[in-house]
Amino acid sequence: MALPKNLEDIRVRIEEYARNAGLDFFEVIFEILPWEEINMLAAYGGFPNRYPHWRFGMEYEELSKGYSYGLQRIYEMVINNDPCYAYLLDSNKEVDQKLVMAHVYAHCDFFKNNVYFAHTNRKMMDETANHATRIKKYIERYGIDTVEQFIDVCLSLDNLIDIHSPYIKRPHYSSKVEETTPKQKKFPVKKEYMSHFINPDTYEEKVEQKKIEPEKELKKVTYPIRDILLFLIQNAPLKEWQQDVMSIIREEAYYFAPQAQTKIMNEGWATFWHSRIMTRMALRDDELIDYADHHSGTVAIQPGGFNPYKIGLELFRDIEDRWNKGKFGREYEECEDMTRKRNWDLKLGLGLKKVFEVRRLYNDITFIDEFMTEEFAMRNKLFTYAYNEENNQYEIKSREFAEIKRQLLFMLTNNGNPIIDLIDDSFGNRQELLLKHQYEEVELHYEWAKETLRNLYFVWKRPVNLWTVFKGRGTLLSFDGKDFSEKAYSEPE
Amino acid sequence: MALNIESDHNRFRKIVKGKIRENLRKFIKHSDMLGKKGKDIVSIPLPQIELPRFKHNPQKSGGVGQGDGDVGTPIGQGEDGQQGKGKAGNQPGVHIMEVELTIDELAEILGEELQLPRIQPRGKHKIESLRTRYRSIARVGPESLRHFKRTYKEALKRQIASGIYSLDNPVIIPIKEDIRYKSGKPMRTLESNAVIFYIMDISGSMGDEQKDIVRIESFWIDAWLRRHYPGLETRYIVHDIQAREVDREAFFSLRESGGTMISSAYLLLSDILEKSYPVDEWNIYAFHFSDGENWGDDDNKLCVETLSNRILNRINLFCYGQVASHYGEGDFIKVLEEHFKDTENISLSFIENRDAIYDSIKTFLGKGR
Repeated sequence: MALPKNLEDIRVRIEEYARNAGLDFFEVIFEILPWEEINMLAAYGGFPNRYPHWRFGMEYEELSKGYSYGLQRIYEMVINNDPCYAYLLDSNKEVDQKLVMAHVYAHCDFFKNNVYFAHTNRKMMDETANHATRIKKYIERYGIDTVEQFIDVCLSLDNLIDIHSPYIKRPHYSSKVEETTPKQKKFPVKKEYMSHFINPDTYEEKVEQKKIEPEKELKKVTYPIRDILLFLIQNAPLKEWQQDVMSIIREEAYYFAPQAQTKIMNEGWATFWHSRIMTRMALRDDELIDYADHHSGTVAIQPGGFNPYKIGLELFRDIEDRWNKGKFGREYEECEDMTRKRNWDLKLGLGLKKVFEVRRLYNDITFIDEFMTEEFAMRNKLFTYAYNEENNQYEIKSREFAEIKRQLLFMLTNNGNPIIDLIDDSFGNRQELLLKHQYEEVELHYEWAKETLRNLYFVWKRPVNLWTVFKGRGTLLSFDGKDFSEKAYSEPE
Repeated sequence: MALNIESDHNRFRKIVKGKIRENLRKFIKHSDMLGKKGKDIVSIPLPQIELPRFKHNPQKSGGVGQGDGDVGTPIGQGEDGQQGKGKAGNQPGVHIMEVELTIDELAEILGEELQLPRIQPRGKHKIESLRTRYRSIARVGPESLRHFKRTYKEALKRQIASGIYSLDNPVIIPIKEDIRYKSGKPMRTLESNAVIFYIMDISGSMGDEQKDIVRIESFWIDAWLRRHYPGLETRYIVHDIQAREVDREAFFSLRESGGTMISSAYLLLSDILEKSYPVDEWNIYAFHFSDGENWGDDDNKLCVETLSNRILNRINLFCYGQVASHYGEGDFIKVLEEHFKDTENISLSFIENRDAIYDSIKTFLGKGR
């Protein structure tokens, strides 16, 4: 439902405040919805049209339960799209709606300007609807069970993508999935002279060749391959509809990746601005208590928890303060007089300029790496925790700044996923896949790794292998379609 | 907004029920759902259903949190399960999903999993239940029951009859006399009648664990039979050397020491049956739980006689469950086995521990009587 008159008036005002504050966003279309529908949309990741899949039903059940027990509610949701879509909960108070609108405009500014979103599809609303149509077509054709099972398999592999690939041009990527009928699959060839024997020409090809000479060279594959999903789409023995389903899953994975890459920044940015717009411009005196209540709920820290809203907000405020006062650069860093350092103020007034620059160029990793200072970590009581086997508990492990930063950056690297490359597709000269986990002192979840290998096998239809480290030793975990095997194996190149 | 969440949600529920079915054995032996009935909702904790992915082991990866506490302060419980997963921004630990089902749904799953046959009730004509159904139309009634279609029809008829209606401007305005209401009438429906007798040995050898087993088993029996007989009655008999009828509360809490004369309970049961439950009107079930230590051969003989002459001819099903106790096991089950090998409506099972409940239920109810 579109906004009623009173909210529309508010919206116009908030939009003006936001523009005057320097935010630059797509047009935002607000809809106001009851909680059931908000929950439905949230279950679908904000898109009203998604392909049918049980996990959306699961999300929905969780959200509905959370809401009806009063544990959680979704105040707002905003979709990275041009125009941006934002959904408001109809039971929000007016002051909540104000806050949420300010929050939404800041999110939208972030979507539009942050460089990591530059490659996302801004017509994703249409795109997901297209995906839904395509998948529904396959369901009609092949049955829901077959298609859903294959979607499960694809989703299980959907973190095997290269989230940085849009920014780094890598030679072996031709990211365009062939839309036309795929040609008969060519087996990879290592020695050129074997080519004719491994991939004898089909009749059609012979005819083609006579017309156009010289023959196009087979695409040379260079390892390692990070975007394993793309490799599978292009090389695995899949049916046409399966290729299409997998490319849909891959595309959506790439669309959502930047949101995971910038969670702390994005939420921090939106919180930074809603607080600024509300307290400096939009808030009426009688709304103060409700605003304070809502805002403190947003930035509250559960004991032991980690709230990206809070950390992001505090970091942006810290940056603003430091650049306003000139607390950066060599002179400041090297100053050893703590009193002078604390009262450091060059009255530069560069704060706002700096935060806008940061929101354009950084992602969570670079953001934390560059701007999280030791003082900040202490002020926000950060710590690292680890699992203690003896009493089956997670315990505070350290409050050392270096340790905290290392742990945070580790959690953010590759969106928290282990880094896994495909390093050979004819392992042992037997057309087996060999994946390699870049071991960084943290082992994989063993059972899940096995189940994922099983799914990988389902796609590749030949044995699949994963090199990783289990219990401190290099291990080759293999699945041959029937059994898992595990053996000590030295790290492959 | 037309959303498809319902079909996705249904598919998810189907998967969940499948999971419950797989783990039914585990759920059955827990006693936390006892005391719930048909439409009551029980929450069953299941590990969250997640698609497997290459993930770090949360127990190895640790994380970052905020708050007070020295090094070594515990901040969350780990789980032994395999499904653990800690995300940035969340508390560590396992995601447990509470799935809500009604006892009826659970009983249905139980029935499917144990492949329990449907029961064909007998005497389906006796009990009448009254239920109000809105099946007729009245001129007066509460606004909440206004029947829009009928009201519209009446108004249309009146307007046409009085010539107010015009095709060019087909506006229908109902007046007070046009308004019709839905009206309820009590309906009689026939239901078949059933009664369950639970009989338990409360002699000293039946300890808390044994009673828990009886309690859990009787709960599931109740749930299953209630699906077939909406107006199920339950009666409880306890016995040591004497038998008496008690209420549910007492049934599970009473504890005596001393000997056991099972015949006392069987005699009491047959008296009650003869007095209040005519065979052609009632579906009768009896479940007897004991540790099988009976007072001598004479009493055993009396039991067999009472059963064959006065009980088995009037009852749908007689079940005897022998619960293992600390004091060794009795031989009553062997006596029954010997005498009633070929009798159809008697069912015997030996319940060694909680894990055996599952199979015991199957033995008891698998006959479909």
